[in-house]
Amino acid sequence: MSDKARLADLMAEKAGLVSAIVTRIKTLDEAFAYTLDVCDKKEACQLLPSGCEADLSAGAGALCDAKLGKIIAAPGLPAEAAKALGDACSAQGVTFITQGMRSHLSGVDIGFTIAEAAIAETGTCVLDSKSEELRLATMICEVHVCVVATSSIRETSSEVESLLRTLCKDAPGYVAFITGASRTADIERVLAIGVHGPLELHILLLED
Amino acid sequence: MQNARDLKEYKGELNGALGNEFLRTAMDNFAMAYRVSRAKAFAGMDVEGLVQDIARGKDQAMARMDELFEEFKKQAERQGVTVHVAKTGQEANEIIGRIAEKAGVKRIVKSKSMTAEETLLNHYLEDMGLNVVETDLGEWIIQLRHEGPTHMVMPAIHLSRYQVAELFSDVTGTKQEGDIQKLVKVARRELRAKYVQAEMGISGGNFAIAETGTIALCTNEGNARLVTTLPRVHVALVGLDKLTPTINDALRVIKALPRNATGQAITSYVTWITGPGECGASPDGKKEMHVVFLDNGRRALAKDPVFSQVLRCVRCGACANVCPVYRLVGGHQYGHIYIGAIGLILTYFYHGREKAKNLVQNCINCGACKAVCVGGIDLLRLIKEVHARIQDEEGHPLQSQLLGMVLKNRKMFHTLLRSARAVQKPVTGGTPYLRHLPMIFARGQEFRALPAIAENAFRDQFEALKPRVATPKYRVALFSGCVQDFVYPEQAVAAVKILAKHNVAVDYPMGQSCCGLPVQMMGEREASRSVAAQNVTAFDPAGYDYILTLCASCASHLKHGYPDILGKDPKLAVKVQQFADRVIDFSSFVHDVLKVEPAEFRADGKKATYHAPCHLCRGLGVTKAPRELIVTGGLEYLPADEEDVCCGFGGTYSMKFPELSAELLKKKLANVEKTGAEVLLTDCPGCIMQLRGGLEAKGSRLEVRHVAEALADRLK
Repeated sequence: MSDKARLADLMAEKAGLVSAIVTRIKTLDEAFAYTLDVCDKKEACQLLPSGCEADLSAGAGALCDAKLGKIIAAPGLPAEAAKALGDACSAQGVTFITQGMRSHLSGVDIGFTIAEAAIAETGTCVLDSKSEELRLATMICEVHVCVVATSSIRETSSEVESLLRTLCKDAPGYVAFITGASRTADIERVLAIGVHGPLELHILLLED
Repeated sequence: MQNARDLKEYKGELNGALGNEFLRTAMDNFAMAYRVSRAKAFAGMDVEGLVQDIARGKDQAMARMDELFEEFKKQAERQGVTVHVAKTGQEANEIIGRIAEKAGVKRIVKSKSMTAEETLLNHYLEDMGLNVVETDLGEWIIQLRHEGPTHMVMPAIHLSRYQVAELFSDVTGTKQEGDIQKLVKVARRELRAKYVQAEMGISGGNFAIAETGTIALCTNEGNARLVTTLPRVHVALVGLDKLTPTINDALRVIKALPRNATGQAITSYVTWITGPGECGASPDGKKEMHVVFLDNGRRALAKDPVFSQVLRCVRCGACANVCPVYRLVGGHQYGHIYIGAIGLILTYFYHGREKAKNLVQNCINCGACKAVCVGGIDLLRLIKEVHARIQDEEGHPLQSQLLGMVLKNRKMFHTLLRSARAVQKPVTGGTPYLRHLPMIFARGQEFRALPAIAENAFRDQFEALKPRVATPKYRVALFSGCVQDFVYPEQAVAAVKILAKHNVAVDYPMGQSCCGLPVQMMGEREASRSVAAQNVTAFDPAGYDYILTLCASCASHLKHGYPDILGKDPKLAVKVQQFADRVIDFSSFVHDVLKVEPAEFRADGKKATYHAPCHLCRGLGVTKAPRELIVTGGLEYLPADEEDVCCGFGGTYSMKFPELSAELLKKKLANVEKTGAEVLLTDCPGCIMQLRGGLEAKGSRLEVRHVAEALADRLK
């Protein structure tokens, strides 16, 4: 087995252990189709598991009303890719945005990103999040879909060290290691997913 | 938070915690689950090597704290970060208060920061009229309850879902049920609004990386990402000890921190922030960013020859996770703000003697903390050092002074023991236990029967027992320790029987006395030093191949404690090293050196289980020898759960905190009884005193014996 294939397998295994949903794809178009499919199957306001049905205080409850329809956010995509995803979205009546995340702080359905690199041994996606729009998209979405090119997977964190240093030195910088969905065990040590960030992390391993 | 005024009040609080059934169950479940998940997370890794690397890296970094600070400042300022240093917690709070004022901030969101807990930042900012909301779920919960954290990583571990539901009912104004998944979602929605409204976000920092001026944060919830992104001002409050030379150093710590904290390979998020980036909430589109470094003694600590290593702490909380006392009483009783073993030490430096003086006495000296510390901090020794310092500063309690005085004078000590034997008849009722102790001695001791002083001390029997060996294989000097000399001489007798059979010459230097551990434990440094010197002199180590002891606590104190206590004394430095090098425990000597064989013993297959004494399994790292000896000796070994968890003896600890000692013993005996063994074997007369006393008190017929006795009994 090639090293690339081995690392992709390891990445899939380790990310799976922390509840990431890993799928292999061959083209970016597949990634877009996958994303729209996830979006389609998802409740319009999947805030359902995220607390809509709960009795909230007036202020927090009002935040729910701010969100109408389905939204896919993909700031930071190359122009061509953005257009392709955007077209696919409009064909299905999904709002597609690449900026203005601060107008959607109540949440968007899906945040779509492409990782700079990945660390296989921990199942971690490395995202340059210098752009505030991109960063917010990965924080306030309910589902984060992250494309990882298999050629960008490294085995250990030491192997992404120089990339990390470059990104930090190109300041101001904001780099995110993302491993699985947002989680907490703060109440009785019971694992709960989605306390502040995404409720789901989908990793699409793109063979390149 | 620990605010008891004196030991009596503190003990009252401890007993209160013991009565909290939810807490007890939660902590038990946690302790057991942690052990498994930690082992799994580190499986296949060279943990020892990693710990050494982290310790070395941190030591080197702390030695150049000022230089790293300058480097960080230069790099960060170049990006437009304002870097501050606060000498004290109050100063840090004032700096942050001024930043808020100047930026016209009204509402603040915070992500978890132990440093902010240290400075009581929230109180300060709230007193200024600012609205501060913690966004880490656990921190938010305890903030709503107006209390401090009970764990460094899981601050609300002491609370039940129902207590949280009650709190959230208040917050939302509607009744919430005790469904954890739903409660978490309620927090998600309630807090989302807070991020949106806040003008300032305050975070801590796991690393302040000098080479790039980066603040790195490890979180699971993702709240730190929102806190550092949404508001237009970001303030990171970090201790100077978080200065890290390079990204490489940070990555190394990240390999260990989440694994040791929660058994995760990595936290869900690791965030690397370098300089103020874009910010849509800011009029000029750019974030205002400040890094406030807290000194509060850290600069001086970095230069302290004894305590500088506490700055290696990465705040993983593992020392609490494995502490048997923490497990019983929880974080409010086992720390002021910093919790667990490291908390016992840091409290003295960061919050003062008054807060530390009771806490620091509540260490049972089992060493479980030191064994899991990823910084390799010698927690045990430093806790005792803090205890000793506090006593030197505040005056020594009469009890410990007296004990020190008696132990320093061997003849007086032994005469006292002999007189006790002479007058104990009325309290023993002819049994080997003290049955009718006057109340003053017996308070709280009902959970165990205390042994009587033996009829004939080992030292008085030795001449008759001494093996006559013409051409010995090894020359061994026996160190009995007080308990085997005066209470359980039969254990030492059993050992001599086995040694004689193997052609070992045995000496028993009569000038030997107590090893000194009890006075070391009580913070009586002078007495501890004096007794150690007497023993080293009495043995004159060069004449022996080994110094053998059957007491795990003595062995570990003689081997590791003595060089530390006497190593700097020019008259004794050489001798004490020779002494320590020769010290060996009974099981290792018989198993590794004499290499006894099954053929030497009459096997009877008796069902035996084992208790691993703290000072043997962790103090000396001996784990295989005694368990294999049980089988070699012809018994059937039935492993018990949590064999290496403390039995609750802890020497003088069990007299000072009998209620805690009793609880630890209860757990231990339950695990032992579950095995169905007929005999419980161990390697330490102190543990035997505790275990046998506990079984006797509850009327159990399970025998407790030293491994040496089990072997000697079956010797052909």
